[in-house]
Amino acid sequence: MSQIFNCSRRDFCKTSALLGTGLVLGFYLPGCQKKEVIPPASGPFKPNAFIQIAPDGTVTFFINKSEMGQGVYTSLPMLIAEELEVDWKKIKIEAAPVAPEYNHTQWGNLQGTGGSTSIRSTFDQLRTAGASGRMMLIQAAAQIWEVPPASCKVEGGKVVHPKGEKSLSYGTLAGAAAKLQPPKEVPLKPAASFKIIGKPRARLDTPAKVNGTAEFGIDVKRPNLLTAVVARPPVFGATVKECNGDAAKAVPGVKEVVQVDSGVAVVAESFWAAKLGRDALKIVWDEGVLAKLDSATQGKEYAALAQKPGLVAANRGDAAATFATAAKKIEAIYEMPYLAHAPMEPLNCVADVRADGCEIWVGTQMQTLDRNAAAEVTGLPPEKITLHTTFLGGGFGRRAVGDSHFVREAVQVSKAMQAPVKVVWTREDDIRGGYYRPRACHAVRGALGEDNLLAAWQQRIVCQSIVKGTPFEEAMMKEGVDQTAVEGIIDLSYAVPNLQVEYQMAPPGVPVLWWRSVGHSFTAFVKECFVDELANVAGQDPLAFRKQLLVEHPRQVALLDLLAEKAGWGKPEQGRAQGLAIHESFGSIVAQVAEVIVEDNKIKVQRVVCAVDCGQSVNPDTIVAQMQSAIYFGMAAALHDAITFKNGRVEQSNFHDYPMPRLAEMPAVEVHIMPSKEKPGGIGEPGVPPIAPAIANAVFAANKTRLRTLPLNLAPPAKTPAAAPKGGKKKKK
Amino acid sequence: MITLIVNEKNFEVDVAPDTPLLWVLRDQLQLTGTKYSCGIGECGACTVHIDNEAVRSCQVPVQEAVDKKITTIEGLPENHPVKAAWVAEEVVQCGYCQPGQIMQAAAFLAKFPEPLDADIDREMTGICRCGTYPRIRTAIHRAAKASAKGGKP
Repeated sequence: MSQIFNCSRRDFCKTSALLGTGLVLGFYLPGCQKKEVIPPASGPFKPNAFIQIAPDGTVTFFINKSEMGQGVYTSLPMLIAEELEVDWKKIKIEAAPVAPEYNHTQWGNLQGTGGSTSIRSTFDQLRTAGASGRMMLIQAAAQIWEVPPASCKVEGGKVVHPKGEKSLSYGTLAGAAAKLQPPKEVPLKPAASFKIIGKPRARLDTPAKVNGTAEFGIDVKRPNLLTAVVARPPVFGATVKECNGDAAKAVPGVKEVVQVDSGVAVVAESFWAAKLGRDALKIVWDEGVLAKLDSATQGKEYAALAQKPGLVAANRGDAAATFATAAKKIEAIYEMPYLAHAPMEPLNCVADVRADGCEIWVGTQMQTLDRNAAAEVTGLPPEKITLHTTFLGGGFGRRAVGDSHFVREAVQVSKAMQAPVKVVWTREDDIRGGYYRPRACHAVRGALGEDNLLAAWQQRIVCQSIVKGTPFEEAMMKEGVDQTAVEGIIDLSYAVPNLQVEYQMAPPGVPVLWWRSVGHSFTAFVKECFVDELANVAGQDPLAFRKQLLVEHPRQVALLDLLAEKAGWGKPEQGRAQGLAIHESFGSIVAQVAEVIVEDNKIKVQRVVCAVDCGQSVNPDTIVAQMQSAIYFGMAAALHDAITFKNGRVEQSNFHDYPMPRLAEMPAVEVHIMPSKEKPGGIGEPGVPPIAPAIANAVFAANKTRLRTLPLNLAPPAKTPAAAPKGGKKKKK
Repeated sequence: MITLIVNEKNFEVDVAPDTPLLWVLRDQLQLTGTKYSCGIGECGACTVHIDNEAVRSCQVPVQEAVDKKITTIEGLPENHPVKAAWVAEEVVQCGYCQPGQIMQAAAFLAKFPEPLDADIDREMTGICRCGTYPRIRTAIHRAAKASAKGGKP
C-alpha cells in the first residue's frame, strides 16, 4: 500500500486512502477540493527503541530502568513526552526487553538501574528520542499537506496545520511517519520552554499499585508454575556435606529436592508446601572458614587494621606533619555495622528453561548480567534468553548483583525440573542472606589552624570491597582502592590544604553489596559528625563553621542558607535539639536539620527539614517523595539496625529483630527544593547520607554525648534502679 | 475441601487446614494483591479483612477463616474513599506494602471515622520500607473527610 504514498499527492484530490483497518478516511482542505491522502498504517511507528505509536493512537514507551519506587516509570516518560508532545493520557509503559539499545548510557555494555543515574543518564537521550519522533510526525504531516515542516506545530498528540484549520493525530500519521528516516540533527527545547519537566505529575504506576493489580516478580503467574524455597547455608561459604530429602518429599505437594549452587531447593506445587518441605530437610553442612565469625572479634580486627597504614586513596599537602604540630586537634574512631536492604518484596525469580529457550520474570536492577548468567547456566546463547522485568517491591541496591545469584539459582532449579519454577526467598533468607552494606571502621583525625579553619584531615577506612571479584571491579577499583569505600571523602567539599584518605581492605567472606547511597552512607556519617566535632573544638556554631569551609562550593552554601531559614536553625522548639548535616552525592546536594528529643536515653526524631539541590528537577513530587523515603531509610539504620554474627551465624532473622520504624516513629518531614537550571542530579540515594549524622549531631546538641557508632545508642540506663533517675534529661544550652 | 467466601464469591480449596490464609489466597485463588513479606505478622503487607476486621493473613490458618467474609484488596471497591485518597495523595512508591496498608486503613476508618493523629499512630502499624508514612497519614485524613461527606475525596 506504500505506493499510494509514493504517488504524487496532487493526483489524489478525489481519492481516499484505505487504512489497514478497512476504514476510509478523507480530509478536505477548505477552499480546495483536494483530499489528503493518509498512507495506510501497516504497522506501528517506532522512531527509536523507546517509543511506539500505534495507528489507534496508543503511545507506548519502553522504559529501560527498573521501577522500584523511585518513580522512573513516570519521570522518564516525562522526558520523552516533553519533546514528543504526546497526549499524556494515552501513554502506556512497558518494561524494555534486554537489548543493546537499552544499555545504560554510562555503563558500557550493561542494561541496568542504579547509582541514582536514571534521569541523569537519560536526560538528553530520552528528550532526543521524543524530539526525533515528533520531527518525523511533523514531516509526515507536512508531506501530506505539502507545507514546510517548520510551519507545522504539535500539541497534545496532534500535528496542527500552519493555518490551524486542521490537524492530524499521531496515530493517523503513524503509517506515514514509519516510512521516514530519523532526523540527523535534533535540537532540544531550552529549559525555559519546558511544559512537563519540572512540574509535579501524578505517577503512572499508582492505579495498579493501589488496586492490587501491579505485578511484582513474586506475583507472576504461569501455567504449571512450581514454587521452590531454598535451604541456604547457615554460615557464609558453607557447603552441603550430606542431605536427606526423604522427609521433605513426604510433605504433600512437594515434587522434588534439587541441589543448586546456593543450597538445596525444595520444589513444590505451592509456596507453603515448599516451605514445609524445606523445614523438613536434613542437611549436614561443611561450615567452612567463617564458622567462628563473631562480630565482637571482627570489631577488634577492624580496629587493629585501622591502626595500620592502608592504600592511599587521596593525598594532598602533608596531613600527618600538619597534625603532628597542630595545637588544636582531635581524633576519633567511627564504627558502622553490616546492614541488610530488606526490601518489602523478598527476592524471587521465575525461570522457565526449555530446550529451545529460557524465559525469566524478575524484579532486577541488572538485566544484562542476569540474562548472561541464564545463558551460562542453560548453555543457550544469550539471544535465546528472554528476560521480563517486573515491578520491584523495593530495590535499594539489593536487586543489583554482579553475580546474578538469585536469577542463577532459579534458572538452575527450572533446568533441573524441566518446568517453570518460581524461587521465593523467605524474609529469614533475606535478612540472613548477605549482600549487606559492608561493616566499616573509620579512624579520623583533624587539625585546626590558628584561624580555626581546617588545617588537616586524615581518614583511614577499613571495610570489605564491594566490587572486588565482580564485573564492576575494573571500572570501580583504582590502584587497589575500592572507590565505593572512599567516595564522599576523597572529594571532601570542606576546604583543607592537607588531606589524606587511606583504604584498608577488610578480609572477604561476608557477601557485601551497595546499599542505598553506598559508601556515602558511612563516609557522610563520619565526615558530618567529625566536622561537628571540629566546630565544637573551634567553639563555633556548626552551621557557621561549615559555611566558612565551603567557600569553593557556593551551591552548598546557598543550600545551607535555605535550610537554616526553613528549619529555623538555632531556634529549636522547647525541649528539642537540632543537628545539621550536608552531603553531596550522585550529582546532588542534600542538607538536613534533624530535631530530636533525648529522653530516658531514647532518641526521638521529631522533625526533619530537608533542602535539596538536584539541579533541574523533573518531577518535583517525586523529589519530595524520595527525600521522605531516604530520610526514613537512613533513620531506620541510624537508630535501629545492625546485622551481627555469632558462631558464624547471622543473629537477626526478621522484622522483630531487624526492626523497621512504623508510622508512629516517622518524624514530620519538610522538603525544600532549590530552584535550579543546573544539569539534573540523582534523587533516589542522596537523601540518605545526611540523616544519620544530622541525628547524631542533634543528640550531641541535646546532651553533649558524641555517638560514633551506628546504630546510635545512648548508654543504657544503669542496671540498679536507684542509679537511673527518671526524667533526668539534660538541658541543652 | 475447604470452602472460603472471598470477595463475595465462594471458593473450594484443597489444602491442609493449617495452611496460612495468605498462601491460599495467593497460590490457590491467585489473588496476588495480598502480599507476603515477613510471614510472622510483623509487617502487615498481607492484611485482609475477615468479617470487616483487619487481620494479618499470614497468621490465620485457613480453617479459621471458613464461613467468614474475607475481603482482599481486589474486593475493596474501586471507588472506596481509601483507594481514592491513596491516588490523590500520591502515596505509593515501590507499592509492595500498599495493599496491606490500604486494607488496614479501610478497617481502621470504619472504626475511627474521625481519626486523630494519635489514633493513626497507634493503629497503622504496618511497615513501609519506602517510608511513605507521611502520605499514608494525609491520605487517611483525606479519606475520612471524604467519607464524612459521603462522597469522593
